[in-house]
Amino acid sequence: MPLRGFRAAGLWGWLPPLFLVALAACAARASEITFELPDNAKQCFYEEIAQGTKCTLEFQVITGGHYDVDCRLEDPDGIVLYKEMKKQYDSFTFTASRNGTYKFCFSNEFSTFTHKTVYFDFQVGEDPPLFPSENRVTALTQMESACVSIHEALKSVIDYQTHFRLREAQGRSRAEDLNTRVAYWSIGEAIILLVVSIGQVFLLKSFFSDKRTTTTRVGS
Amino acid sequence: LALYFHSGEREEKCIIEDIPSDTLVIGEYKVQRWDIHKQDFLESAPGLGMFVTVTTPFDEILLSKLYGPQGRFSFTSYLSGEHTICLQSNSTRFVAFAGSKLRIHLDIRVGEHFLDESVLQAKDKVNEVNFRLEHLIEQIHHIAKEQNYEREREEKFRKTSEETNSNILWWAIVQTLILISIGIWQIKSLRDFFISKKLV
Repeated sequence: MPLRGFRAAGLWGWLPPLFLVALAACAARASEITFELPDNAKQCFYEEIAQGTKCTLEFQVITGGHYDVDCRLEDPDGIVLYKEMKKQYDSFTFTASRNGTYKFCFSNEFSTFTHKTVYFDFQVGEDPPLFPSENRVTALTQMESACVSIHEALKSVIDYQTHFRLREAQGRSRAEDLNTRVAYWSIGEAIILLVVSIGQVFLLKSFFSDKRTTTTRVGS
Repeated sequence: LALYFHSGEREEKCIIEDIPSDTLVIGEYKVQRWDIHKQDFLESAPGLGMFVTVTTPFDEILLSKLYGPQGRFSFTSYLSGEHTICLQSNSTRFVAFAGSKLRIHLDIRVGEHFLDESVLQAKDKVNEVNFRLEHLIEQIHHIAKEQNYEREREEKFRKTSEETNSNILWWAIVQTLILISIGIWQIKSLRDFFISKKLV
């Protein structure tokens, strides 16, 4: 996993802006949702973003089929900013060029019968500082600096934890699939083996059986 | 409440949250209905409500309530696992009503602990740091709980892998035994058959 800077993976970034007074126009928001995408379905999400806000969209497929999904991100004018087909995991950062509603869609339309579980994390704006510098007369005290660095480190930990959790869920899903397949295949093969070998013997015997015992006879 | 998505009138939309036990989850939503005449989403439709259903990993209902067009719900998980949060409108209109859809704004926060706002208003240096420290401690607790849950899940994963491994080994042995015994039975059976038919 490449090292990435701090980012509120969960919604921890929410708390400071809720309580800090009159902060910057770009309030940081992060939404992470895990949902099930049925086969042949498309699910779109919309968000209103102000111009100049730096946003990050990250998604991962957790269970289902080949663990891939189509993703598409469009700006308010309909211009496609990001489009990838059959991706398992990706992360895309962009800066909003204009105000408006941005739309991103996940599509499972190429799949005929597998449901996919998709996780995405859409981060809008940077997190505001823990101790805002507007009302300050002095620099941050040591305590406050320590708080800030711990907060950043914890955000990073939560971020890694989320990624690890998703990878583990994906691995476990594959392992359970494998286990079920092995079980069914073993039973199936055992049955086929028995049926075929016993059938062979009886078939062979029937080739050599007396003409007198057969019901269909060539008339003489 | 910034992120939103569209849904059919009677459609149920669910999201999945894989969370450790004893975790508080708070959800906020706002729903708007599409108006055919105005060709826009109405700010608030009277009588429109949403059924919020939360299911535990073992398919027990944890929360099932009807809220208004805008609402906040919360629940605390007592088991760790995949909880499902489902939203469905209480609209009784016919599904065939063309062009009708809902816009659902949603925000789900996991493991958050509401800190006392009044503490911050004091604007006292020491109190502010205190407040931040409490927030950090909550964060650390949440991380520790997640780690613990992760340990459980990894164990389950490992068990599944080991079970697959032993299944394959067991099956290979059984298959070999079946093959050998069936082979012996085949030859013996045919030999007896040919002897009885006086061909050998």
